[in-house]
Amino acid sequence: MTKKMFKNYMVNFAVVSIIFVILSLMMSGGILSKYYQGIIIFILINIILASSLNLVTGFLGQLTLGHAGFMAVGAYASALTSIVLKSIISDLPLLLVSLFVGGVSAGVVGIIIGIPALRLRGDYLAIITLGFGEVIRVIINNIEITGGAQGLTGIPRIASFKYAYWIAVVVILVLYRLTHSKQGRAIKSIREDEVAAEAVGVRTTYYKVLGFAIAAAFAGVGGGLYAHYIAFLDPNTFNFMRSVEILVIVVLGGMGSLTGTIVAATILTILPEALRGFAEFRMLLYSFMLILMMLFRPQGLFGTGEFKWQGIYDRTLKLRKALMNREKKEAVDGSTRGE
Amino acid sequence: MMAITAIIFHLCITGMLIHTIERIGGSCLILFLQQLINGLSVGSIYALIALGYTMVYGIIKLINFAHGEIMMAGAYIAFLLAVNTNLPFVFVLVIAMVLSAVIGVVVEIIAYRPLRKAPRISVLITAIGVSFFLQNLALVLFKADPKIMPELINKSPITIGPLQVGTVTLTTLFLSIIFMIALDLFVKRTKPGKAMRAVSEDKEASILMGINVNRTISMTFAIGSALGALGGVLYAVMYTQVFPTLGVLPGLKAFVAAVFGGIGLIPGAVLGGFVIGMIETFTKAYLSTQWSDAIVFGLLIIVLLVKPTGILGKNQKEKV
Repeated sequence: MTKKMFKNYMVNFAVVSIIFVILSLMMSGGILSKYYQGIIIFILINIILASSLNLVTGFLGQLTLGHAGFMAVGAYASALTSIVLKSIISDLPLLLVSLFVGGVSAGVVGIIIGIPALRLRGDYLAIITLGFGEVIRVIINNIEITGGAQGLTGIPRIASFKYAYWIAVVVILVLYRLTHSKQGRAIKSIREDEVAAEAVGVRTTYYKVLGFAIAAAFAGVGGGLYAHYIAFLDPNTFNFMRSVEILVIVVLGGMGSLTGTIVAATILTILPEALRGFAEFRMLLYSFMLILMMLFRPQGLFGTGEFKWQGIYDRTLKLRKALMNREKKEAVDGSTRGE
Repeated sequence: MMAITAIIFHLCITGMLIHTIERIGGSCLILFLQQLINGLSVGSIYALIALGYTMVYGIIKLINFAHGEIMMAGAYIAFLLAVNTNLPFVFVLVIAMVLSAVIGVVVEIIAYRPLRKAPRISVLITAIGVSFFLQNLALVLFKADPKIMPELINKSPITIGPLQVGTVTLTTLFLSIIFMIALDLFVKRTKPGKAMRAVSEDKEASILMGINVNRTISMTFAIGSALGALGGVLYAVMYTQVFPTLGVLPGLKAFVAAVFGGIGLIPGAVLGGFVIGMIETFTKAYLSTQWSDAIVFGLLIIVLLVKPTGILGKNQKEKV
């Protein structure tokens, strides 16, 4: 790790910690009510779900429409684990164990689905993942262990803000490191040109399934957090529309940009809530804004780039240099004209 | 023939277990035929909607998620006309189709045309946005509660021997087939139809041939939307209800049907629509109502894995 990288990580860690401290102070001080706390936790869950989908759609370049299915698997697996274990272990280890179980089972389902599905490309992959997502939902709806259509109750409500926050931070960190590693470069090469990647020796199938499974596992973690915050699971919340909502966050933020995903998740979670004053026109305005955003910025807010503090620093430096140069030049021009 | 009889017999045995056949009062074969006709009429509605998906996909490679909402719009227009005026069914149908075609074209011009050169996924998200928008517009205009569709078609059933067939079922089947034949003739025999095929084959080359690509795409949207609206009106008449999310589920199933038959291919959509309608009706009748969606989507998965381009699709060689 170079010195510059270390410095950047420290800056980011400091910023993340400061945000955490501010938010938790505001919560304990009563400035943010329960309602706002709920919105913040939903933002965090959406960040986890969308950034995991971004790995598949943004970095791997494969369009999928069944992310809610993995979220459902993770949610149910972790909820059932914690229902069984809730009398034995205390809150934090219980949450971690059940999220781990949720993540692993969603990841396994991801591998099982990924191996056959990832042979397809483009729209066909999107359609087959849509099919798998719906099949998962119908299965959950009709088997007994999940409570079927009545839903699953009795889940301990243990996903508080501080846990959700740090889990989201860890997920983003892992995804960031992954996309900037050797494996990440292999994954991005598949997005750029699958045939060329294969020709230079990238094991495309392996990396596609790997990316798919990791994304599914993190979606499972997101689903687990959701289950432990809502404390009630209804299979029909994990429908096709849920997958679409997650995809919208990814595309709006910019495919291949984790910071873009964070910003878009925040905007798109707050927006419907902020529009509550418009009552029945709320979702109408939301969809209208969605269309407008896509029309005027089809590549998403951040494109494929990331937001970097270093970038701001560099830019201000450049600006200052340019200004100084211009001043110098003007001074020279002025002096030559004067002669 | 023996095999078919055996299958029918087998289906009847399971049917008996689930349905207690005595209630229906006919023999197994009658039940089977009745379900066959039901399947055909549901399938013809799916086929009509699937045509819109497949034509739009064929020409601009876009999964038009707003198509289900166009269908819903058609159903609402028909509902309004039927409640407020005394127009006969044919006029209601024609007005609903024309107005929906206008909506389809307006959506294309406002939301899709500016993104012709944008990444395809952006257009997809825009289509989803349009779908949300139309759904919520209907929610604001008509409220969430389902409205009862007036009886546009006389509902007395026709009896053919021991068979009882609803008029709605027959009208649906009849109208769908008429329009499918008309579409086929249009695409194959007329100049605009030829232009449509040319644009979906190669957009750049058709510009060089002097085809107005934008107008052709708009025309495709108009025809697709009109057929979708026809499907929507028939669907609403069949299930006697209209509500804002009417288009979601049949839209999704019709889309599955389009993929099933080979997306981008007009005969594929028709075949896929009928197959999906049949499968759905028969699983509901003989196997299970709850699992029928899973079976439909499961079949979709199998078809995609075995033959990704759909039943009628040709495999495309990969160009490096």
